[in-house]
Amino acid sequence: MSRTVVNAVVNGEAVTFLGGGGQSLLDALRDELRLTGTKEGCGTGDCGACSVIVDGRLVCACLMLAPEAEGRRIETIEGLAENGRLHPLQQQFLEQAALQCGFCTPGLLMAAKALLDHTPDPTESQVRYWLAGNICRCTGYDKVIRAVLDAAAQLRQAEKRS
Amino acid sequence: MSDPSGSNGGYRVIGSRPVRPDGVDKVTGRAQFGADFHLPGLLTGRIKRSPHAHARIVRIDTAAAERLAGVKAIVTAADFDLEAAGEIEAGESASAIRDVAANCLARAKALYQGHAVAAVAATSPEIAAEAIDLIAVTYEVLPHVIDVDEAMAPGAPVLHDDMFTRGVSPRPGTASNVAQRHVMSRGDAAGMLAAADIVVEGRYTTAAVHQGYIEPHACVASWGADGQSLIWSSSQGQFLVRAMTARILNIPLSDLKVIPAEIGGGFGGKTTVYLEPVALALSRKCGRPVKIVMSREEVFLASGPTSGSSIDIRLAARRDGTITAAEMTLRYQAGAFPGSPVHLGCMTAFACYDVEHLSLIGYDVVSNRPKVAAYRAPGAPMAAFAVESAIDDLARQLSMDPIDLRIRNAVRDGAKTVYGASVRSCALVETLEAIKSHPHYSAPLNPGQARGVAAGFWFNIGGESSAAVHIDEDGGATVVSSNPDIGGSRAAMAMMAAETLGLPIERVRCTVADTASIGFSGSTGGSRVTFATGMAVTEAAQKVVADLRRRAAQIWECDVADVAWRDGVATCLDPAKTVKPLSIAALAARSAKTGGPIAAEVALNAQGAAAGYGVHVCDVEVDPETGRTSIVRYTAAQDVGRAIHPAYVEGQLQGGAAQGVGWALNEEYVYSPEGLLQNAGFLDYRMPVASDLPMIDTVLVETKPNPRHPYGAKGVGEVSIVPPLGAVSNALSQIVGRRMTALPLSPVRVLAALGKI
Repeated sequence: MSRTVVNAVVNGEAVTFLGGGGQSLLDALRDELRLTGTKEGCGTGDCGACSVIVDGRLVCACLMLAPEAEGRRIETIEGLAENGRLHPLQQQFLEQAALQCGFCTPGLLMAAKALLDHTPDPTESQVRYWLAGNICRCTGYDKVIRAVLDAAAQLRQAEKRS
Repeated sequence: MSDPSGSNGGYRVIGSRPVRPDGVDKVTGRAQFGADFHLPGLLTGRIKRSPHAHARIVRIDTAAAERLAGVKAIVTAADFDLEAAGEIEAGESASAIRDVAANCLARAKALYQGHAVAAVAATSPEIAAEAIDLIAVTYEVLPHVIDVDEAMAPGAPVLHDDMFTRGVSPRPGTASNVAQRHVMSRGDAAGMLAAADIVVEGRYTTAAVHQGYIEPHACVASWGADGQSLIWSSSQGQFLVRAMTARILNIPLSDLKVIPAEIGGGFGGKTTVYLEPVALALSRKCGRPVKIVMSREEVFLASGPTSGSSIDIRLAARRDGTITAAEMTLRYQAGAFPGSPVHLGCMTAFACYDVEHLSLIGYDVVSNRPKVAAYRAPGAPMAAFAVESAIDDLARQLSMDPIDLRIRNAVRDGAKTVYGASVRSCALVETLEAIKSHPHYSAPLNPGQARGVAAGFWFNIGGESSAAVHIDEDGGATVVSSNPDIGGSRAAMAMMAAETLGLPIERVRCTVADTASIGFSGSTGGSRVTFATGMAVTEAAQKVVADLRRRAAQIWECDVADVAWRDGVATCLDPAKTVKPLSIAALAARSAKTGGPIAAEVALNAQGAAAGYGVHVCDVEVDPETGRTSIVRYTAAQDVGRAIHPAYVEGQLQGGAAQGVGWALNEEYVYSPEGLLQNAGFLDYRMPVASDLPMIDTVLVETKPNPRHPYGAKGVGEVSIVPPLGAVSNALSQIVGRRMTALPLSPVRVLAALGKI
């Protein structure tokens, strides 16, 4: 398998890795960069467990080829907390018990962050449709949706204060 | 409906909602699941699978694959111990080791599409994939059978020529696909039906559905040159993985350590092995660690699902609504090997109702499908679908409120179940009343909407568990649990320890230990962990408290009876002593002088798991153009004993309801005429997503704490998947205007029922 050098920015840090062949961004994150927080649930873009943010856009890392990451800014679950401080989404997921097994959680959190980055005051319906690409088999979504709505409110409050 | 006094039983920690101990790991990506382990020299393992539904394996030629550079090992069933036999208890059912082994790697025949026939380990995923293609398997394709009723018919292709139906006498003279016939009865159901005021009858079918955990099966196995091996894997029981793998490879348990990874959902589907014996056999052959991770397609083809079923039911009732008798015949798909949960279907079908005359016959039927695995309340939802539909028909015939009809027939403490147990600590009537008095039940419906209710039952189990509690040198505590944490059980374990010790929850940490670091425990299944392992944790903490009191008495030179323990502090009751109270931290600091480290381990076989009862109500509407059913409103009430961590209990109710809605509306295994699965992926196997569901309201009924558990806990994880099938169908049947009898209630079925196609 021929490989090429890929330069990207992952969670704010410049990284270089070898990517190529049919390797997906997901495989590169997990196997080359050892960022295993991003999960593979299906490999076909149906479950959203591998959701990451690339140049501000939510993507399934399993549907993007690793060399396509060249020159991109990639955000993964490992970069969501800043300097050891949890993001309000992470805090709300914990406080509201919005995870059971926790496997889909990194993808849900990244997808929710992508939503709130663009839509700081979403309706319940907007949250449900935005997260429709992230399958959770444990929670029935109730507590997930509440956690996202409350994190949005918390972020708006923080925005107002600053 | 929590404790009406609002005092929550006087507990400090039980009943509160702390952040779970493993929470931060799981929201930051630090938690290590099955596929996340890496080792130096790690090889990639892959499985060669049958493309046929049923075929004799004539020859497996591995020569070309062996010559490929980078291929380190190839295994087939010949690498397993072909003499492996006996059964291993797996919580709610036992597994025949011979069948588990033959499911991991096929022997003489491939029994379903996707059945594993060989495996390779190679230095890269690409080489492993190429090697799989180079393995040449010669098949003699055989006639196949998929449907359960067709598999029972005379002349059906027979999967196992040594299978003679058990449970019939005399023993049949010819082999068939019926592995076993179960009979459960009391009284004279036939006589009562013949003389009944009202008889309701129906034939119901449900499709095979998959547990649908998002984490595919994954493991790493590493064989040591001294025969000491390690397995890291995602499962519902590290001890079960150890026992099954060791038996299949004929190695002693002491030579195998299994380290439980975090588990990305299981729902019963990870209470067996598929990959671990294969990965360890590969590692044994080449001396390198091997990782195998299933693709999603492999998960659908070769793991899980639960049985599809076909059920006949007849119900007899008096005009006042009293159900006097019932007859049921239940036929459950087992998949390619025997072991469907049909006996559990028979046991649970009428467990909510006090019916004197019952006759239940269950057939465990093999066909060319993947071997079924446990799925949340295994066997109960299908039986309950038939029963709750029939009771709904009865309510309509009698113009009775469906809740009132159920209250009239509900089991109460002291009633006898058909399987012999007496009902106790049962709050079914209170749970039915909780739904009846919930605002949802009396809320007006919009035109085009309808409301359905249904009840459900699950036994819950106890069984063998081990746990340890260690007091840290600074006075905090570590709880060592023996069960993989599938949905927040570390929180429940830590809370019970904190409550017992009198420590703040933040000072108690909980870890899940490997097979070499804690005593044996049954798997995480049967809704048993909070009950049984929680009991072990609590008893270990009680032992620690007794030891702390003894140590305080030693320091104070007083009688231990004069040492009181409250909120984590020892106080001297002896009026002759003027001593200051001693905290756990103070006692821990002096542990060397009072007997050494402070710790206790408890191993027990927990008895007294109380059954759980659930009642769900849901409102639905149908798009008349597409036939798509929408859930407009949903409320789930459940008899939970006492909720240790109410938020995670609510989560169990909500998650089970969502899975049940998927089972009712969309999920099914779809086969081609060739016996090949047509929808082995999440796009075509349609599980509920966030936009498919409303908020799911919950009512935790805590009027009957379980007296056999130190904090009143009952299992709560499984009941919640039992009522939704009936609740959804009872609502939809009203909109359609006739009884819907076949799940899933997919758009095409609804359109057909509406006469639109």
